[in-house]
Parts: sequence; structure tokens; C-alpha cells
Amino acid sequence: MAIEDDVLVIGGGLAGSMAALAAADAIDDARVRLVTYKQSTLRHASGLIDVLGYTPDGEGPLVDPFDALADLPDGHPYERVGSEAVREGLAFFDEIAGDAYAGAHTDANALVPTHGGTVKPTARYPASTAAGLASDDRDALLVGFKTLPDFEAPLAAEHLAAAGAPFSARGVTISFPGIVRDDAKVTRYAHLLDQDESVATSAGETGAREALARTVGAHLEGEPRVGFPAVLGDEHAAEVRAALSAALGADVFEIPMGPPSLPGVRLEDLLYAALEDAGVRVTSGVPVVEYEAGDTAGADPADEAVAADGGSDADRIDHVVVDRHGAEIPHRAEQYILATGGLVGKGVRSERERVFEPIFDCHVPHAADRYDWFVDDAFGEQPYARFGLEPDRELRPLDADGDPEFANLRAAGAVLGGYDFAAEKSGAGVSIATGYVAGRRAAEEAGAGR
Amino acid sequence: MANDTEVLVLGGGSTGCGIARDLAMRGLEVTLVERGNLTDGTTGRMHGLLHSGGRYAVSDQASATECIEENEILRDIAGHCVELTGGLFVQRPEDSDDYFREKLEGCRDCGIPARVLSGREAREVEPYLANDVKRAIEVPDGAVDPFRLCVANALDAENHGARIETHAEVVDLLRDGDDIYGVEVRHESGPGNRTHKAAGTTEEITADYVVNATGAWAGQIGAMADLEVEVRPSKGVMTIMNVRQVDTVINRCRPKGDADIIVPHETTAILGTTDEEVSDPDDYPEEGWEVDQMIDTLTELVPILEEARTIRSFWGVRPLYEPPGTGTQDPTDITRDFFLLDHADRDGVSGMSSIVGGKFTTYRAMAEEISDHVCEKLGVRASCATADEPLPGSERIETLEAGMDDFGLRSPVARRSKQRLGSRASEVLDTDEANPVVCQCEGVTRAEVCDAIDQSGSDLNAVRIRTRASMGNCQGGFCCQNMANELHPAYDEETVRAALDELYQERWKGERHALWGEQLSQAMLNYALHATTMNRDRDPANEDEGDGLEYDNFDGGRPTAETRADGGARLRGETGGEDSSRGRGDR
Repeated sequence: MAIEDDVLVIGGGLAGSMAALAAADAIDDARVRLVTYKQSTLRHASGLIDVLGYTPDGEGPLVDPFDALADLPDGHPYERVGSEAVREGLAFFDEIAGDAYAGAHTDANALVPTHGGTVKPTARYPASTAAGLASDDRDALLVGFKTLPDFEAPLAAEHLAAAGAPFSARGVTISFPGIVRDDAKVTRYAHLLDQDESVATSAGETGAREALARTVGAHLEGEPRVGFPAVLGDEHAAEVRAALSAALGADVFEIPMGPPSLPGVRLEDLLYAALEDAGVRVTSGVPVVEYEAGDTAGADPADEAVAADGGSDADRIDHVVVDRHGAEIPHRAEQYILATGGLVGKGVRSERERVFEPIFDCHVPHAADRYDWFVDDAFGEQPYARFGLEPDRELRPLDADGDPEFANLRAAGAVLGGYDFAAEKSGAGVSIATGYVAGRRAAEEAGAGR
Repeated sequence: MANDTEVLVLGGGSTGCGIARDLAMRGLEVTLVERGNLTDGTTGRMHGLLHSGGRYAVSDQASATECIEENEILRDIAGHCVELTGGLFVQRPEDSDDYFREKLEGCRDCGIPARVLSGREAREVEPYLANDVKRAIEVPDGAVDPFRLCVANALDAENHGARIETHAEVVDLLRDGDDIYGVEVRHESGPGNRTHKAAGTTEEITADYVVNATGAWAGQIGAMADLEVEVRPSKGVMTIMNVRQVDTVINRCRPKGDADIIVPHETTAILGTTDEEVSDPDDYPEEGWEVDQMIDTLTELVPILEEARTIRSFWGVRPLYEPPGTGTQDPTDITRDFFLLDHADRDGVSGMSSIVGGKFTTYRAMAEEISDHVCEKLGVRASCATADEPLPGSERIETLEAGMDDFGLRSPVARRSKQRLGSRASEVLDTDEANPVVCQCEGVTRAEVCDAIDQSGSDLNAVRIRTRASMGNCQGGFCCQNMANELHPAYDEETVRAALDELYQERWKGERHALWGEQLSQAMLNYALHATTMNRDRDPANEDEGDGLEYDNFDGGRPTAETRADGGARLRGETGGEDSSRGRGDR
């Protein structure tokens, strides 16, 4: 006996969530399950939805990412799924994200200030960042906190000027009212504002929102917008921004930050709420520890005969085994989607002499000598950044001979190789497009087999 | 116009800084010049072993005796740089019993406390030792932070009036006939603390006496005045693990060999090393097989190293020397003793001596002997006090420790800060300003980073060696941006950007040698953070054209924004009369 589903998605990041949502959306009554082991890397991510900021040759920042899609080299995940699928996937994301994200009104990239002070191109941005675009020419006051060493507002303001931003930015550093410990976590700042906790100020006890607005207000010199590091609430972020904005008489925005990233966490929350709404069964904290391949009810002999000379004589995955707190539970599905992430998410792993995919041991192309995995300039064309699976146009991972590893396995997101998401600024876009395509195709194929 | 000093020391490693401190304490006017940062040459590229002398107890008993004497002195004068880990010479079944006996006798001959442990006793001390380890000799080896020790010497020299100039490369020796009377240096960013992007200058510094303490580079300096210094640079690799697999220095008890030592160092353990002659101390191959050899060979002693995470590897170059005509073939056979080459006696050229050979543990004794020589040359009668006077940070540590609070820091952070700062802890950490942790891996606070910036200018690598910030697991991925933030507003944005990039690239240089497993994942995360999240790889501020980026063409936001909570709804992007320049996405 095994737990039976139509589609089983392995991995709970952006790609896995999109795959599961797309599968659930593709056919009625599809049984879709998502299993995830570790915390997703969304917590490390800025929460921006980059599609393509630079070409693989470094040309950019691109005004229109869609213009550049047609020229991407063979094997790039976008080339595999095609431009139209990229658009469809993004539209599907827009539908899921609703008001939480902006940028869908145009094909053009926005330029967003980074916490390092420069700007980066991105296609979609959280509502909390919408008022803060660097491609918006209104002046801005940037606010940093003495106890938050990750963001130095006056330095960021100078940096924006050096990057040629078309507005005047000014930075101030203040004490965050109510933060008493110098090493408070970002979630503590967010919680203070979410709960509007009562804090002590020189003017007596007030709510944290009012206290912050009052402190910032003293520095405001008529700027129409005020930017903060991304700590402005978690569950009630919109309400916090609205309150600060009302008190300051200026638009309020967040500058995306490094880990732990609240915008990333909010995106994760949004996706998990959508998964629940879509009826996807989610099991967290459970690793897939092994799989069984072989002939299944789904693969009848006639199919195999056709496949044998058609080049697709791949095995099928019969079931995978999931470790639930020591108990090994088989999960069987018609179709499987691998969305376990890249090197960071540990969907791609390495040892001194090899790079590999740990669950199905899918082929990961790499140089034999690990000294060929990198180049000497930290920001040069890094081979390791492109490590991952090589898929066909159905997103089925290919073996060393160019044949699908398994007939019923697709891959999505950073587990795919052949692109450098960090240099291209294409991480979220690839996860969305490939997750969407893998999810849809898997569900359609599973549905056809029913 | 030249600046004049009494003694000019070339080289800011342990020897040079030790000499500068010694002579300054004797009342001489001293200037020290260093090409890069303090410790950049060999000092900052050693395994961090404070020798008990046990290592030389068979082959070189004079060095062994000197080591144990200096070991004891450094525990006194540099307590905040030293960790009393103890050490083991471990014998495996295939290692010689005769050598084990010779080692034990040698230790006893040299006055090195030594005790034999059975294999089981040794594994009780270090549980990760291999099961088949036969026995071990316990000796008082220790761990020393070469950065902290070297910087403390330089600081104390400054406290006694010395001028310490880093990033000042000697470009010429000034020689008049048979007399050397100074040098010309090129200041990378002008004299004083380093500031990125500041214009370079040159300076002539004249001196009554010049001490060439440039170690492996001594031959290059000598050549500037047509003097031959036959230094034989020999490289060795060291591989840093992400945790301390051992808390005791582990030596392999056999005659000589590569990959035979593990030194616990702060949060890490350092595996070493090799010994291979190179022709140019600035340009030699750094290869993967050397790293593999460290891991594979030392796994025989500590099996878990096979699967453990390494965070970087680095190579150092020993300044080995032997008198002309000795003709030793194998660099491991060249003596570790030091040589004072007085060019007046040797070459008939007065005004300069060169120091070559030697080892870190005995830097102070070397400095004393050389300082005696310099005083004799200059007719100065003053005695050495460096063996008795504690270094800054090690004054009255015990009494201070008892009276110190935690400066509002979480106790693990406070404890580590106090270990690094020693008796300077109050002075540095007692602040009314917010003092958040800047480097999480190593628990380094803003106050420590700012103290280091005060000492060393915009140079974040100089901050790194003073504080250990960016030297932990993430290798700066998460903290070097934060360190750079602390440079502002003392330094402007362009300077900060250059300083950050320099630190980031330096960290990457060593991390390249650890790119597999967890550390490759870490490297990808660092890359993603700096390239994806911050766009530091494609920062428009770095483009030569400067304002070539046309912001107008990009999405400037939707002109129907969220309604403000005060009811003052208005269209975003329609304030301030800039509506003609909206992004194309708005049209």
C-alpha cells in the first residue's frame, strides 16, 4: 500500500509551490501533493520576482525582459519552455499574488533600490516596495536603524546618487522605538509594529507605529516618500505601512534585505495559503529518502514497444519513500516533479570529486576537476552557478546520453542548470515559468492516464 | 624632501613589528614600512601553532630549547593572543617506536614538559582520534593568533612613538657608495591610515640604520642595492575546517612529513602543511591536490576530517635561508634557525642588516637579538624589556577579567570579544552607542569593528585581521557588507564600495580551495546575496559611463497607488511636476 496521488511535487520553494498550484489548476479534482524537507530558500530571497535583468552575456539592465527571451541560448530554462510559457507562468503568479505584488501593468522591468545601495532590475515587486522604485523620480528619505547594521541609510542614499538615480535621496539613522536589545532579530521589529506594542518614548507611552512615525517625522523635510529596511510588519504589513504613511503624510516603502528576509517569508506565506486554497496536500519537514523505479500500471507494454525505438525507453518512477520522523512511508504518483532547489537548497549537492542530484541521482553535467568549477573573479562567469539538471522541452531531466532519466519525472526551478540566476537576475522567473510548465504538463499527463 | 628616522624597519610581519616594538621601547626613533597590511607576508599565513619545541626536539634541539623558553614568555606577555590548548604527538601503529622514544627523550633534554599517554588516554583527551592510535606524548603546545600578536606589537611600538606605515612599498634602497641610508617608498594612498581611492604618493625615508625584515622577500630588497640574500622561499598549504574537530594541537609523531599537524584555532581547526621550494614568493601554484593531501593524510589521525567541511585554504611562504655553500636539497632539511646578515661584514656595505630564517614562536627573541645588534651599531646602551612588559591587551588580564561586566552583550559574544580584546575590552566595548553584532559567525560587535577602523583606515582586511570579522563559516558573505557600512560616514561612498569589493574578493580567493559540499552551497548563497539581492556584480555606480542608465525607460510604478490611510489619496508619481518623465510602463 502507498499514499496515492496524481502528481507529487518534491520541494516547497517558489518552483515547487508554483508546480503544485499549476497542477491543481490544470485539471479538476487532480490529487496533488507537495512534500518538503527543509525551510525553503525563500527566507533568503529578497521577495522580488526577477524575470530577466541581464542577458547571459551581461547586457543590461534590460528594460523589457520579454524582448530578450527569444535570443537565449539552447538549454536555458526559458528556451526550454518557450517565451509564451514564461508569460503564462507569470500571469498565473500575478493571479495568485493579487494585490500583494505589483508590476503586472507593464512588460518593463522596474529598478528597485537594494539594501547595498544600488539598484536592480526586477519584473514584479511586493506592494511594500511599490512606492520605493528607483525608476520613480520622487525624492526619498531613507531611514536606517542604529541597531540594524545591515542597512546604512545615509550610505545607501549616496550610493543611489552614484548609480545615477533620478531623484534626491537623503538618509538618516535613528533608534527604533521599543527595541531595547542591540541584537534584536528583524522579526522583533516586525512584531512590535504588527502588534503596535506600547513603547516608552520621551513623550510617554505610545504605540510602536506612532512612536516610529514621530521619530522619523522629525527628520522629514518634505520628501513625498520614506523608505525603511524591510521590517515593517509581517502579518499586518499593509496596515503598518498605511498607519506610518498616514502619520508621516508620505508614501512608505520597504527596501528588500538579505536573510532573514521578511518579504521572502511573506511570499512563502502567500504561496502556502494558495496551496491550501487549491486543495494541495502539503507535508512539511519530511525528506524523500529513496525511490523505486520499474514497470507500473501506467506503462503498458504497447507503450514501451513504441518508446523503444522512439528513443524514450526511460523507466518510470513507481514510488518514492518519504521519511516521516523515522517511519518510511511510500508515496506513489502518476507524475513526479523535482523542485528541490540548487546548491543553496541542496537539490544539487557536491563532494570533492562530483556534483550530483541526491534523490534520483539525475545527471548533473560538471567538469571532472573541481578547480574548473570556478573562475578567479568572484563575480566572473562562474561555472558552479550553472550547475543543475539538463532537461528536455518537457522539462524531463536528461541522462548523460541525452535521454530522459524517467518517463514520469519533471524538474523545475533552481535544480535546473544551464543558467546563472544570480548574474541574470532570473531566479524567481525561472522558478515560476518552469514550475508552471512542469505542473501543468504533469497534471495533464496524469489526467490523460486516468 | 626626505623624512628622517633613527631606525627604519622594512616589513610588517612578526619579526619587523617585534623589532619596531623592541627598539621603540628602548627609546629609539623607529619607522616601519610594510608593502601591504601587517601580517600580509608570512605571519598571517601560518598554522597558528605556538610551539612547545616538541616538534624540533629530535632534529634541532637548540631551536626546541628556544621555543619552550619563548612559549613561556608569550603566555605571560601576550595572554590574550594565546590559547593554552596543549598538544599531542600521536603515534600510529605503523609509526616507529624508536622515533617515539627519541622524541620523548629529546623533549626531556630540552626542558619541555612531556608525558606519555596510552592510546585510550589520548582518545579520552581527543575523542575523534583514530581508534588504532597507539600512544601519544603530551606537550605544552598552544594556539596563537598571529594577527592579534603582530598587531599588538605594532600598536605598542606606536605607543612608544614609532611610525608604522602600511601599504607603503619599498621601491628603492638609497645607497651612496658603500652606505645604505634609507629607502624610497610608494604610498598606495598617501601616508597615514589607508584610504581607498586616495591618490598615491612617494616618500624618501632616511635612517641611521635600516633593518631588512622582509623574510621571503629579503632577496628582492637586497637586490635593489645589488646585495645578494640567498633566501629560499618554501611554500606550505593550510586548510581551515569550519569547526574544531580537536581542542588540542595534534602532531603526527614521525620524523618529518607533509600533512602532519592539526591546530585548533578560535572557532576553526587548521590542517597543515607542506614544504616545497618556490622561486617567487608572490607567484607560485596553489593546487587542489595539496588540499586533498591535507585532508586524506590527516584523516589517518582524525577520521571525521574525511567528511568535514572546510571553509578555505591558504598558502604561506617560509623565509628559509642557509649560508652559501651548504647545499641542502630538501627544504624540510633546511634549519629553522634565523640568520642576521650584517651587510657591512658580509658585503662591505654599511647601514643595513637583513634577517632571514627563523620562526614565529621565537619572533621576540629574534627581535631582541637584532635590536641588540642595531643598538651596538648605533652606540646606544639600552636593554631589552619585551620579555617582561605585557603587550597592549595583556596587561593585568586576571584582575580586569574579574571586574569586567558584559557590556550589554549576550554572554557568548561578550566572552569572545573579551578574549580577543583582552585588557582593552573596557576601553573598546564600554560604549553608550548601540553595539549590535556585525559578524554573526565570529560574534564581532560594531564597537570592535570601529576600533579597528580607527587603527587602520578604510582597509577592511586590516579590520578583519584585528577582529576576525568575516573569518567564519560564511567567509564574509553575510557580514562584509555590514563591515563596510561601518566605514561610513568617516569615508565616502566610493571609498566604502572599493573597500567592500576588496574584502569580498579576498575572502573568495581562499574559499575557492574549499568549493565542494557545504562550502560550495555557502559560496552559491553568498553569490546570490551579493549578485541577486544587492546587484553588486552589475552595480551601475561602477559603470564607467556613470549616468548611462536611463531610468525613464523602466517601470516607475503604477500611477494609481494604494489609498493613503489618512484619506489623502493621490496618484503616485503625480507629485512634484515630474509627470512628463514617467516610465514607459505608465504610458
